[in-house]
Amino acid sequence: MSTSTDHGRPDPEATPSALSRDGRPVSDRGDTICVIGAGASGLTAIKNLREHGFGVDCYERETGVGGAWNWRHDRSPVYASTHLLSSKPFTQFPDFPMPDSWPDYPHHSQLLSYFERYADHFDLRSHIWFGTEVIRVEPAAGERWDVTTRSTGGYGPERTSQYAAVVVANGHNWSPKLPRYEGLEQFRGEIMHASSYKDPAQLRGKRVLVVGAGNTGCDIAVEAAQQASRCWHSTRRGYWYAPKYVLGRPADQVNDSLLALRVPLRVRQWLYHWTLRLTVGDLTRFGLPRPDHRVYETHPIANSQLVYYVGHGAIGPVPDVARFHPYAVELTDGREIDPELVIFATGYLPRFEFLDASVFGDSAGVGRPTLWLNAFTPGHPTLAVAGLVQPDSGLFTLSHWQMVLFARLLQARRDRPDRAAAFAQRVRDRAGERYSAQVKESSRHWFEVGHADYLRAVQRALHDLEGK
Amino acid sequence: MSARSELRIMRGREWSRPVRAARREVLSATPELEEGRPPLLFVPGFGHGAWAFAEHWLGHAASRGFPAYAMSLRGHGASEPAPEASLRAYAHDVVQVAAGLPRQAVLVGHGAGALVVAHALARYPARSAVLVAPVFGGWGVLGAALRRNPSGTLPAVFGGPLRLSRGQLFSRELPDAEARRHIARLGRAGRRAQWALLGEPEAEPAVGAPPVLVLGSPDDRVVPTSTLNRVARRYGSAPLLFPGMGHDLMLDARWAEPIDAILDWLEKEPAAH
Ligand SMILES: Cc1cc2nc3c(=O)[nH]c(=O)nc-3n(C[C@H](O)[C@H](O)[C@H](O)COP(=O)(O)OP(=O)(O)OC[C@H]3O[C@@H](n4cnc5c(N)ncnc54)[C@H](O)[C@@H]3O)c2cc1C
Ligand SMILES: NC(=O)c1ccc[n+]([C@@H]2O[C@H](COP(=O)([O-])OP(=O)(O)OC[C@H]3O[C@@H](n4cnc5c(N)ncnc54)[C@H](OP(=O)(O)O)[C@@H]3O)[C@@H](O)[C@H]2O)c1
Repeated sequence: MSTSTDHGRPDPEATPSALSRDGRPVSDRGDTICVIGAGASGLTAIKNLREHGFGVDCYERETGVGGAWNWRHDRSPVYASTHLLSSKPFTQFPDFPMPDSWPDYPHHSQLLSYFERYADHFDLRSHIWFGTEVIRVEPAAGERWDVTTRSTGGYGPERTSQYAAVVVANGHNWSPKLPRYEGLEQFRGEIMHASSYKDPAQLRGKRVLVVGAGNTGCDIAVEAAQQASRCWHSTRRGYWYAPKYVLGRPADQVNDSLLALRVPLRVRQWLYHWTLRLTVGDLTRFGLPRPDHRVYETHPIANSQLVYYVGHGAIGPVPDVARFHPYAVELTDGREIDPELVIFATGYLPRFEFLDASVFGDSAGVGRPTLWLNAFTPGHPTLAVAGLVQPDSGLFTLSHWQMVLFARLLQARRDRPDRAAAFAQRVRDRAGERYSAQVKESSRHWFEVGHADYLRAVQRALHDLEGK
Repeated sequence: MSARSELRIMRGREWSRPVRAARREVLSATPELEEGRPPLLFVPGFGHGAWAFAEHWLGHAASRGFPAYAMSLRGHGASEPAPEASLRAYAHDVVQVAAGLPRQAVLVGHGAGALVVAHALARYPARSAVLVAPVFGGWGVLGAALRRNPSGTLPAVFGGPLRLSRGQLFSRELPDAEARRHIARLGRAGRRAQWALLGEPEAEPAVGAPPVLVLGSPDDRVVPTSTLNRVARRYGSAPLLFPGMGHDLMLDARWAEPIDAILDWLEKEPAAH
């Protein structure tokens, strides 16, 4: 295991052959492809592009691989107790399984070792420039890209290299979404975003308010129930809290048995309600709000413990926060509570700070690009995004197939330009397509995908690209 | 091109019904000096265990600088008993062991182990693969086996053990005592896996387009030369032939020739990418 920065690195110090638009020297990297980020998505991009015969330079701002799953990274959102949400078969790369000896839902440290082994097994590190940050990506002539980098933290000179294609794999769980509230500045207690929450010791003996019921908020509320002197959990709607096991198996495996049989959504929703009735029953009797949506219409929560601790009275469900006072928090039902620590588990927003928002058709510049298959940009056939999906399952399988598709598209550009052109047309026609059943409107749901719908769409795209 | 479009992304059954974990035997021989060669993973055929490779090939590969590993499929050798094992479970075993090796591996399958490797190649991007005297199933193989060894083969058709005879496995050059010693170690594959040899659909295409070498003996009494040709054609090549040897090339008297040919090929072979 190594996180050093001096692995046999590629040398983009090719001969400066051109000048960029503002006159900086640009080294031409020929047919090489640039990958931004060496998290799970970046690693699978390198592996699959190499497997299809392409040269790759990957830039990673941190000093190791694994992205979000590398707890040493300053932007890593994982906390000590993070375990997978989706069971192993849904989470591992489809061609590199996790060991049989691991549990159904491995711990985040196992995920890191998994990505490190993936990198070593396929000899990916020699293609990665660690400690190097991409600060600008600009379209160049001939559908090529000028990529400007510098040492992370802004040290050292900037360097611009020109690539045949770019894969953006910078992750979407590192830039905190922090809601604004009246009076927040005057609040005398401690506030933090969940991204800074690492360890239950931070909660010990305190009166804690957790805001938000994504998986992060639920995990932290459960830990607060055990560590804090008091725990309130504020949500702006009711949710469906799914257990990690049902009917004797990991819940996602049971659900996929139904998906494989193409059991309709309505029937699956009914089955879900029925299993809930057999276990925890109606949650409103605990003071939890009634969900304002059906099962599967918000990003799934997999947490067997939240309801349990609500049942113990250790988590007090409360409504949305209305405003902050210096020593109290006012809730939308008029109640006031007095937490010492408020944790906003309100999620993250995608950000592409190195790319002009217009390239992505993100006219509002809010990190919501208009893409086909959440990966392909109209008018930019040599640009792909990896991992910009919020699946109801593991993400890595999806990133893997996105990159297989992109690699084959790049091959088609060389060998079958007609097919590549037809693909580009489909990207233009179908950008913005969604791959999930109806979901609740929320900043986190625009890139929600159902893994089965999504992978079927990728499979069709591959067939259309390569079929007879 | 057509093989590529068969690529299957949706694997609902595999996701929702993962193969049960099983303890597996893995033997190894590693070179004294790490020379950056890819690791080899030997996969024995039905009835055989890792021991079949530990006899000669493991040590020989290591002596030529290749880290070499041999595994026993579940229910074989010193791996966990698994009477109900399916072909899919065997392929799972191979992928598990391969992915656990430090670097991208070369898969070497013998006999029905070659069929297991062909299935594993659809789930693991091997650096390259070698199919030794591949038993890819079908009625032809059954016919040949029934003709040559009716009493050993017939019970297998009804779910009993398959018993291979000395004449099928070894040439006359191999001393009797040695042949007896090997035959005494033979076990049996799961009933479901044996039946799969007759009816199972073909393996999905290999991922990562690895180069594949096929080799065998024209005097193999289990795998006719026509099968060697057919399998090799599937992977776009012709088989390497070692006349005068029995089915168990890794145990037969002249075991060194095929393994040297494999290692020579690996040294010259263009990388998978
Ligand atoms: C608490 C938590 C738990 C989660 N659990 C699961 C789960 O169980 N299953 C699941 O599938 N997903 C889970 N996720 C989602 C998670 O985002 C993905 O698992 C995964 O980390 C995405 O991988 P990625 O490579 O796309 O992004 P990341 O892991 O974020 O990697 C992006 C990489 O790009 C680098 N980078 C970013 N910008 C630049 C730049 N400008 N220049 C150079 N390098 C750059 C970063 O340093 C980082 O290494 C979880 C997320 C959180 C917050
Ligand atoms: N493996 C694991 O154990 C694990 C753990 C944690 C997270 N994750 C994954 O990581 C990703 C991010 O999860 P997350 O929980 O950090 O974020 P998230 O899924 O985006 O959830 C954010 C929560 O905050 C609420 N919220 C957002 N803005 C708000 C506002 N202005 N006021 C009040 N409430 C607001 C949201 O409500 P709405 O319902 O209105 O959107 C939602 O309940 C997800 O994909 C998740 O599955 C995995």
